[in-house]
Amino acid sequence: MQHRGWLWCTILLSLFFAVAALPQTAELSGYVAIEARAFPQAPLLPEQFSGGNLAFSLQPEFYYESGNGSDRILFVPFMRADQHDGNRTHFDIRELYWQHVADWWELSLGMRKIFWGVAESQHLVDIINQTDQLENLDTEDKLGQPMAHLSIARNWGILDLFILPYFRERSFLAHDARLRLPVPIARNRTRYESDDEEWHLDWAARWFHSISIFDVGLSHFSGTSREAVVEVGAGAGGELFLAPFYPIIGQTGLDMQATTGAWLLKLEAIRRTGQGDAFFASTTGFEYTFNNIKNTGADIGVLLEYHYDERGKDASSPFDDDIFVGSRLALNDVQSTDLLAGFIVDRDNGATFLNLEASRRIRDRYRMEVEFRSFLNAEETDLFFGLRKDHYFQVEFSRFF
Amino acid sequence: MFKKIVLTLAVAVCFGSVSAGSEESAAVERGLEIAIEADRRDTGFEDFQADLIMLLRNRHGQESTRDISNRTLEVADDGDKSLIIFNKPRDVKGTAFLSYSHKTGADDQWLYLPALKRVKRIASNNRSGPFMGSEFAYEDISSQEVEKYTYKYLRDEVYEGMDCHVVERYPVDKKSGYTRQVVWFDQAEYRPQKLDFYDRKNDLLKTLTYHSYKPYLEKYWRADEMLMINHLTGKSTKLIWSNYKFGNDFKERDFDRNSLKRAR
Repeated sequence: MQHRGWLWCTILLSLFFAVAALPQTAELSGYVAIEARAFPQAPLLPEQFSGGNLAFSLQPEFYYESGNGSDRILFVPFMRADQHDGNRTHFDIRELYWQHVADWWELSLGMRKIFWGVAESQHLVDIINQTDQLENLDTEDKLGQPMAHLSIARNWGILDLFILPYFRERSFLAHDARLRLPVPIARNRTRYESDDEEWHLDWAARWFHSISIFDVGLSHFSGTSREAVVEVGAGAGGELFLAPFYPIIGQTGLDMQATTGAWLLKLEAIRRTGQGDAFFASTTGFEYTFNNIKNTGADIGVLLEYHYDERGKDASSPFDDDIFVGSRLALNDVQSTDLLAGFIVDRDNGATFLNLEASRRIRDRYRMEVEFRSFLNAEETDLFFGLRKDHYFQVEFSRFF
Repeated sequence: MFKKIVLTLAVAVCFGSVSAGSEESAAVERGLEIAIEADRRDTGFEDFQADLIMLLRNRHGQESTRDISNRTLEVADDGDKSLIIFNKPRDVKGTAFLSYSHKTGADDQWLYLPALKRVKRIASNNRSGPFMGSEFAYEDISSQEVEKYTYKYLRDEVYEGMDCHVVERYPVDKKSGYTRQVVWFDQAEYRPQKLDFYDRKNDLLKTLTYHSYKPYLEKYWRADEMLMINHLTGKSTKLIWSNYKFGNDFKERDFDRNSLKRAR
């Protein structure tokens, strides 16, 4: 199936050269960042590092446009160097695509990042891109996904059609890393349901429309599961490992938000087939914001979300019957200071994930971000059990250019 | 809504049988007339785009800059549609704000967050909060529709050498941060020249002044500079407009969710 890869590369490269030959405007921006993490507790396993970790990352963004923006190329590479984790020291292409914009449609070819959904504490409906687990636990970092994407905007809404010719495997942290599962993942044992393996031709479609106070998205994805089903195996010496298996799934998703007054009412729901028995999962919740408190300009938001997964404790997500409670503080000051604090608690066994994120701009070009995460009351059956010693405190300092 | 104002006026006229009342209603009518005339003179521009630099200055004179571009589409019989794109500070580069303002009722607003590629519909009831940490509240920068206020004509007076009508206006929206605003319109072109904002305690909170008006398409006046001074905090925000361009032939499509995502 390799020849299909060469075909896509050839198409893309010829397009880039074709566009590059036109008169154009070019732009370079991006950031460099240094990240420091401190793990106060000794690690669970002897091979995991203890104490602190430093990492450096760089994400430039090259943008070219011609024809007054009707043809454009975006290139966003990402690289990270990590003190301990060899897997986390990596390079990725987050985005590299050509886009043509016409009156009522736009076509993109290349690697893109697409986001679907409305909820804050879990992104159920979002499925186009593979999650990059190396950068952060929050599943908001994504690997670039190769695609042909046609978007049609008409009076009845926006219809997005995707052809996804290549699947990117989920990345996993190295065996000496913190914040990883206790049993190592053997990527060399990866299996696929499809004989085409990562070259299975996936597709997706989504209709989106805003009708008065409602924003509605209805989507379907058919192809290789982005989530790996892990199967326990044993090596020759009896040592355990987890082998990732990627089934072919179908996932229908609905995401909806009603915006009225200071309320945002949110719903995300999916039905997935092909990964064991068909199942249903949902996130429902709200965000309410108290604006301009005592005329200070500051806003305080209250967030509540409920996660349900029909599979219960067999779910591949840790959130099968969980409640997220959070609060967002935005000072709306010159430095755009904000803070998000919250926890997700399992209604059944009380396992709790604590999360705090804060950020503030410094001068015009720098930003400081602070993060604290903790895993409490995790039982042996819980996915967070392996992380019970991995509470951490992180400071990231970025310079934008 | 316009009908409602006329109705309110009619009611005011009916009940204003005592002389003080009729004087009052004459002032209300005159105030509304001036607002409608100012609005009429700025109707029909269809669309424009412009670049904006916001200079935020605190009481110690420390400055911070925002670099923004703005596109506006005039919508007949409703509020304007606008797209605001941030270029600086660099950490928010690519962030874009799409707003469908309405003559009555809540505006529709979306925010695009480029790092997550996420479009968020946001609540628009935050009228009085600051825009990007500046001295401009959201309600100060949103499309100024006649229906968003009730009016009272105060007097004629000379301001900066210009004959002006001075009109007081009262926000209809209960969430407004102001009890009233006093506007100086020059009599020559009905352009706002100065605006005093009174907070909920009816104290003078801010003053906005307009500088270096220029005509576009011969009759649509836009100020090159606007200065907002907060009397309470000593902070100020200066807006410096440039590259005004009218007649871009913008369509509704240029103000949809896809445009928001690719805005630069």
